[in-house]
Amino acid sequence: MKTLMGLMLAVSAVFASVLYAAADGGPLTDVDVIVNKANLAAYYQGDDGKASVKMTITDSKGQERNREFTILRKDIADGGDQNYFVYFDRPADVRRMVFMVHKRADMSKDDDRWLYLPSLDLVRRIAASDKRTSFVGSDFLYEDVSGRSLEEDSHELIETTDTSYVVKNVPKRPETVEFSYYTVTIDRKTFVPMKMEYYDTNGRLYRTIESVEVKEIQGFPTVVKSVVKNLNSGSTTLMEFANVQYNIKVGDVFTERYLRRPPREAIR
Amino acid sequence: MSYGRTGVVLMVLVAAAGLTASAAGQNDEKSSWLDEWDLHGFYELRAGYRTRNDPYEKDMSIMETRLQLDAMSYTDWADFRFKGDILGDLVMEEADFDLREANIFMRPTGFMDVKIGRQILTWGTGDLIFINDLFPKDWQAFLIGRDTEYLKAPSDAGKVSFFHDLANVDFVYTPQFDSDRYITGERLSYWNPNMQSLAGRNAIVRADRPDRWFRDDEFAARLYKNINNYEYAIYGYWGYWKSPGGQTLGSAPRATFPDLNVYGASVRGAVGKGIGNVEFGYYESADDMSGTNPLVNNSELRFLVGYSQEIGRDLTAGVQYYVEHMLDYGNYLDSLPAGMAGRDRDRNLVTFRLTKLMLNQTLTLSMFTYWSPTDKDAYIRPNVNYKVTDDMAVELGANVFFGDHPNTFFGQFENNSNIYTAIRYTF
Repeated sequence: MKTLMGLMLAVSAVFASVLYAAADGGPLTDVDVIVNKANLAAYYQGDDGKASVKMTITDSKGQERNREFTILRKDIADGGDQNYFVYFDRPADVRRMVFMVHKRADMSKDDDRWLYLPSLDLVRRIAASDKRTSFVGSDFLYEDVSGRSLEEDSHELIETTDTSYVVKNVPKRPETVEFSYYTVTIDRKTFVPMKMEYYDTNGRLYRTIESVEVKEIQGFPTVVKSVVKNLNSGSTTLMEFANVQYNIKVGDVFTERYLRRPPREAIR
Repeated sequence: MSYGRTGVVLMVLVAAAGLTASAAGQNDEKSSWLDEWDLHGFYELRAGYRTRNDPYEKDMSIMETRLQLDAMSYTDWADFRFKGDILGDLVMEEADFDLREANIFMRPTGFMDVKIGRQILTWGTGDLIFINDLFPKDWQAFLIGRDTEYLKAPSDAGKVSFFHDLANVDFVYTPQFDSDRYITGERLSYWNPNMQSLAGRNAIVRADRPDRWFRDDEFAARLYKNINNYEYAIYGYWGYWKSPGGQTLGSAPRATFPDLNVYGASVRGAVGKGIGNVEFGYYESADDMSGTNPLVNNSELRFLVGYSQEIGRDLTAGVQYYVEHMLDYGNYLDSLPAGMAGRDRDRNLVTFRLTKLMLNQTLTLSMFTYWSPTDKDAYIRPNVNYKVTDDMAVELGANVFFGDHPNTFFGQFENNSNIYTAIRYTF
């Protein structure tokens, strides 16, 4: 539920129907059920998905930097392992670079990550285990992009409004993260996380992620525009999704073969 | 440089093939195949000076402007790629065209990829150390402070890959031997064993490079498989020492590229919190199997073990241990000309890498160090790269060599130590 990139990336018809059914029957009270549904709505929609992503990073001085990439996602199991394939278009100096992740849902296992550098024809394994580092220099973190294991936090339902559930999440291993807790506002109908607010050790709000625009695509609620704000640095990143498609039957492209030469669906 | 001329020929050939293809495929609705070229590249200025006096070379270590053009297009059945650099080089006082890539890529079936033409090829697990990657390197570019991209020189080759659940295999055939772009003395001074002294522009290396098409060829293969994200590979290479591995006799000896076959293997995967890799190769110096010929390199075993890990936020460290073990050391010592100092049996090398990203990953600080306890020499590559905007980057770096002896691998380059700066505009 913590990431938005997954949000736009698919929802299976089965899940959607389950979600709506639950929403019709009055508010849920079991926080584990809520965070599970939100996690699936945010990261596991459909069996696979594709989107063109544009990031606009604006620093406190107003200087803009842009990132454009195509992302392919395929689930191994709903709520479990996933593969991601990210093909960069902009900025020009990273064009055709590919970033690939085999995401492990098991907390005890690190994700496997690869980077392909086309000018050297080099397939590099990335030795990065810290998921709370910036993704491509934006205000989004790796964990925002590929998801944070539900087991990492203890969850508490602190408020239920007419439209939302508000869940407070406290890390079980606070030494591994920079926040002391965060809250997530989850849409009661769609289970799409609409707002996340991160608090530091002084209890001060320092980071927010908002779903600015949600569209229904192939019948699935999809975040097509989200903004992260770093209140400490004054930097913001706008992430926009276009050409979102679900269940496109992505093949087994998460291998060295396709790192070296991306599949057509990633390039076009 | 001859690279340019061959390159132009290749480019014409590939372009001709592409045009024929587009003519053949006129049935589809596409207006013009040529309209769909995706053109990018960069423009760069790069300047550097030696930090020590070198009696054999210019003070300028690098002084060049470079325009790289990178064009790509595709049809339903193939991708076409051209990438070339137009270079104004003030050190060599010449203009040059370096064609980096000109190739056709096809995916004719679900289990096969084909890439033909000029291309950059890389495999193996080392970080700036190569055992089973016997594709051409440009050591000169690496040591004078060009972008790391230029360490890999292009091959004129055909690569065919097959993919199967059991294993994948790559075959690379290079019909005419592509040597490294090795140290010639033209712009980097080096240890000349015949003169038993450092040398440079006074003793430019003359080489007899095998260059007969389809006879002086190279063949490389890799069989690889990913098992639970541990990447296993075995390699074979049948060709030549890529940089001079021997010389002729006489008053004007010429460097030679004796036959070389290499057989090796590697594994890479997660170890603890980081990534570990192991690789070895048996270098069979096929023109001197017994190691008794002083004019040809000895056979060797080469072994590498490496580990890298993120040790802080956006801070990655890597360490590698590498050894070159001479196989017929006794024969080598016996065959040395009188008075010539022999090398140690083992050349040990340790590398360290530190890479730190700062300022929202726009500033990259990196330091790569080679250190040989047996040769008692070292090579340090500090580099700072700052992306001023998405399109513009500035860079400051150095290549610093240390050595107790002038005849060791890095020690010989001590007078080539240099500092450089660059500005690059990417489009």
